[in-house]
Amino acid sequence: MSVIEVTSANFKSEVLESDKPVLVDFNAAWCGPCRMLKPMLDEVAAERDDVKVVSINIDDEDELAEDFDVSAIPCLVLVKNGKEANRSVGLIPKDEILSFIEG
Amino acid sequence: MFDVIIVGAGPAGMTAAIYARRASKSVLVLEAKSYGGQIINTPDIENYPVEAHISGFDFATKLYEQAKGLGAEFKFEKAVGLRDENGVKTVVTTKNEYEAKTVILATGSENRKLGVEGEDALVGRGISYCATCDGAFFRKKTVAVVGGGNTALEDALYLADLAEKVYLIHRRDTFRGEDATVQKLAARENVEFVYNSTVTALHAEKRLNAIDVTNKDGSVRTIEVKGLFVAVGRIPENQNFASLVELDPAGYAVAGEDCRTKTPGVFVAGDNRTKNVRQLVTAAADGAVAATAAIAAIADF
Repeated sequence: MSVIEVTSANFKSEVLESDKPVLVDFNAAWCGPCRMLKPMLDEVAAERDDVKVVSINIDDEDELAEDFDVSAIPCLVLVKNGKEANRSVGLIPKDEILSFIEG
Repeated sequence: MFDVIIVGAGPAGMTAAIYARRASKSVLVLEAKSYGGQIINTPDIENYPVEAHISGFDFATKLYEQAKGLGAEFKFEKAVGLRDENGVKTVVTTKNEYEAKTVILATGSENRKLGVEGEDALVGRGISYCATCDGAFFRKKTVAVVGGGNTALEDALYLADLAEKVYLIHRRDTFRGEDATVQKLAARENVEFVYNSTVTALHAEKRLNAIDVTNKDGSVRTIEVKGLFVAVGRIPENQNFASLVELDPAGYAVAGEDCRTKTPGVFVAGDNRTKNVRQLVTAAADGAVAATAAIAAIADF
């Protein structure tokens, strides 16, 4: 699968009601580390069928960022059964993304 | 065995890779996170020759493609140790060991933390080390900046345009940073200076709500803030190599403009070296100098 763009319109169905764990990437176009992280998340999305990877642009979706208390990006949040199960702030290598998903 | 192992894929390390590859030396670049180093946090670079404006991301990506295009090998593994046995250098990473004739340490530096309890858990929930990265989250909110150097002053000025109010907390009563910036801050109605004070406690409920600031006279003041921007300097990442490289009291690798360390065949380039000017262009210059010295050392190997 590829990374799914999520907005407030599809947040409930794609994230909260997902039957698979969801790796949520909060990012923005102006954020360099977010752009570094993006190709690694694309790879994770392509390689892993057991996890859904979604992207949320914090400039367009500031309310979603606020709901999740995001105050720095890149910010990865793992959501399982509608609840936050793990969080990581800042650029991390792909290995750490993979171990983050397990957390 | 590689001719050159470069530890760190920032501007210094990747420039060194370009020079070494153009001299047909085999090159392995080891990087703990992602190529680019701290420059990727900079939205707009305006002081690098030739390009009037370029984003840190684009700069890093172009430099990476150039080094890779010339045949430098990159591995994303953190280097945690370095040995020298009869001139053969072994770089130990979290996954492997690699041998080389020469090593260039271009590890850069990381943000110095405040060292206040609860700090790590609040990173991204109110605490930040980069105002230009995260300032946008604090539009019309109250924030504090900690520090007394140019970074702290510039962060406070940047945030004063966005935030409702900015407290600038400094442990002394005068700033190390430029006076012109101090004057600009003094002219802002929404900036308050808090002198002779340090942050001693963080109050949070899911995210940061307030900080305790303790004055030199012992008095404690609680200030309500949604954001705390920490600008108290950087720590060079040399600790893992201290057996072969002399470090100064602040942790910088002692080397002159020739980038040579006390160990023949081990060079240091970029922000982790003792130097006066830490800029993109001086990091690149170090990369060229260190690689040229490494190339000469390989000839004698």
